[in-house]
Amino acid sequence: MLKTSVKNKTGTNSFPLGEGWDGATEFQTLLGKTFAAEPAWLKEKRKAAFDEFLRKGVPGRKSETYKYSDLKKIFSGKFTAVHNGQHKLDIAINKISVSKDSIKLVFVNGWLYKESSLSAELPKGVVVGSMAADALFLQQNILEKNLSSTASTEKDAFIALNTALWCDGAFVYVPDNITLEKAIEIIHICTGNEELLVNPRHLIVAGKNSRVQVIEHSVSLDTQKQVIVNSVAEVKVAGNAHVNYYKVQDTNKNIVHLHGTYAAQEQRSVFDTCTFTLGSDWVRNNLSIALNGEFCESHLNGLFITNGSEHVDNHTQVWHNMPDCQSNQLYKGVLDGRSTGVFNGMIYVARDAQKTNAYQSSKNILMSDDATINTKPQLEIYADDVKCSHGSTTGALNEDAMFYLRARGLGEESARALLLLAFANDVLETIRIEELKEYLKGLVEKRLTINNDRTQ
Amino acid sequence: MLSIKNLHASVEGKEILKGIDLEVKPGQVHAIMGPNGSGKSTLSSVLAGREDYEVTDGQVKFNGKDLLDMSPEDRAREGLFLAFQYPVEIPGVSNINFLKTAINEIRAYKGLPPMEAKDFLKRVKEKQALVEMTGNLANRSVNEGFSGGEKKRNEIFQLAMLEPTLAILDETDSGLDIDALRIVANGVNKLRSKERSFVVITHYQRLLEYIVPDFVHVLYNGRIVKSGTKELALELEEKGYDWIKKEFVEV
Repeated sequence: MLKTSVKNKTGTNSFPLGEGWDGATEFQTLLGKTFAAEPAWLKEKRKAAFDEFLRKGVPGRKSETYKYSDLKKIFSGKFTAVHNGQHKLDIAINKISVSKDSIKLVFVNGWLYKESSLSAELPKGVVVGSMAADALFLQQNILEKNLSSTASTEKDAFIALNTALWCDGAFVYVPDNITLEKAIEIIHICTGNEELLVNPRHLIVAGKNSRVQVIEHSVSLDTQKQVIVNSVAEVKVAGNAHVNYYKVQDTNKNIVHLHGTYAAQEQRSVFDTCTFTLGSDWVRNNLSIALNGEFCESHLNGLFITNGSEHVDNHTQVWHNMPDCQSNQLYKGVLDGRSTGVFNGMIYVARDAQKTNAYQSSKNILMSDDATINTKPQLEIYADDVKCSHGSTTGALNEDAMFYLRARGLGEESARALLLLAFANDVLETIRIEELKEYLKGLVEKRLTINNDRTQ
Repeated sequence: MLSIKNLHASVEGKEILKGIDLEVKPGQVHAIMGPNGSGKSTLSSVLAGREDYEVTDGQVKFNGKDLLDMSPEDRAREGLFLAFQYPVEIPGVSNINFLKTAINEIRAYKGLPPMEAKDFLKRVKEKQALVEMTGNLANRSVNEGFSGGEKKRNEIFQLAMLEPTLAILDETDSGLDIDALRIVANGVNKLRSKERSFVVITHYQRLLEYIVPDFVHVLYNGRIVKSGTKELALELEEKGYDWIKKEFVEV
């Protein structure tokens, strides 16, 4: 049993998973069945990752990085890891999709759902497929070279857990000098009526001077029990490549998101990412970007809207490892009810990373007295010729502006909606895919105007 | 139209208005003058419905209805307009979008359908000309990055767009150079009509050379201590407020 086999070396900083999950047995079952046909190197990787997870345990509240996000609460219940992809959907994908025009990859509880994943004409050499099929059997060299290259299991217990247990996920490979005009939409659907642990694993490899846009869209259908989505996305951005990565989290109350996005950039590349959390019970987003070449550019933006007892925790890390790079972050939150938010932004500038420009800004509006936000910028700068700044503001809606609008005849609700939309708009305007921008504007407006309880 | 009786108001427990009486009839222009701290801005804030002020006594009727009982938006929908002394900058909210929402909410209150887009645009064009405002200004975020003069012009533009029956101009002349003052005053003069009344609150007589009032009231220490016609403003200009203060203390 897992609970007895855990050697909890870090003491009170972590805890083993509770009685609700017999992880060790499940892992053995997976190795014997689902992972049986996998190459030896991958099985070894999984075993090592599982051991790493056992060593680490689930971070407790005394762990600095998960201080404000109570994982004990999340992992206290019963659940099973998803072993196979035998789910049926009875909803048309275009009802869920954010973009008509996109190349769609649909996953249900972590497995590719072939029936809805639309095939598209792709430029020569481009692969848009699944990890279990395309990557594992057709592109094993690419997989072996890139898997765990940006998301090291040592970094985080949940990367380790995902690396051990992942079954499927999106696999995107764009060769050098190729521009993929259409965006790729990875739709991840949670469904079912049992407690689940889902471990999607995505790998995006963008070759030199390539262009690719990815939308990772999480939704849920009729989930009656808690589903933990422990997702890891690795993004490799080669020299001069441009990658846009949008994350849209719009699920119901029973979904817990533990999302990690780990990008690595080579010289003169651009990585543009935006995270929208517009509905979920409990969310932790880890975003880490390593700038491993000169003259890289990164944009990290985020918008979250919370209500009720929702919890959204955004942790960003930007590693300025090389000189002359630029990173820019803007995270905005609107918190209502008893909801809680966290923004923790770490900027690391290595000793040789001169001429770094790194900016970070976190702005939050608290709509109720019971909502809270914890923000923490973390700057670690070892170079001496850099421009870095961070700023954080948290407050109520501007009362003078409210009065001004009301004095012109606007009702309290429309005045509030107008101001909140204006607040959110800065982040929405950074979206480069028009269709997605329009979709999200509509969704944000809905979230901000209707005080709905999002039971879906 | 507007009838203020024995109005008392305080902010954070401190009494600022100590019994104001004022009657404004349709089409009239009343100027309220007074030294700093006399309660001029408090009066406009109380009339517009700012929540920081507590009305402790008295009543205000607006077209027969109890004004103090209404929310700020309902006061606006009933035809009251306040041109702010310090217009708020609202980044991300476009002037035009905001005015369209305002007009349509006012119309909905009156049971009217939303304004046709082409009628709205026609009105925008017409009223912009009134305050010599460029198209660009109307499309920008509300007051964001506007100069002092542009902000005040925008207030008068909004006044023109919303077509209120009573407009209170709260120190609209403050911070304006002579050219901007002339533009703003011209705009107001063009909006004067038999039905529309104005309450012009100002520290200086200068504005009243352009917007000629029917009546002038002097507000001092929370009360109207003197009322007269436009000549009173000239007398104040000449003798200064010390004259009033002295007289008032003696009384």
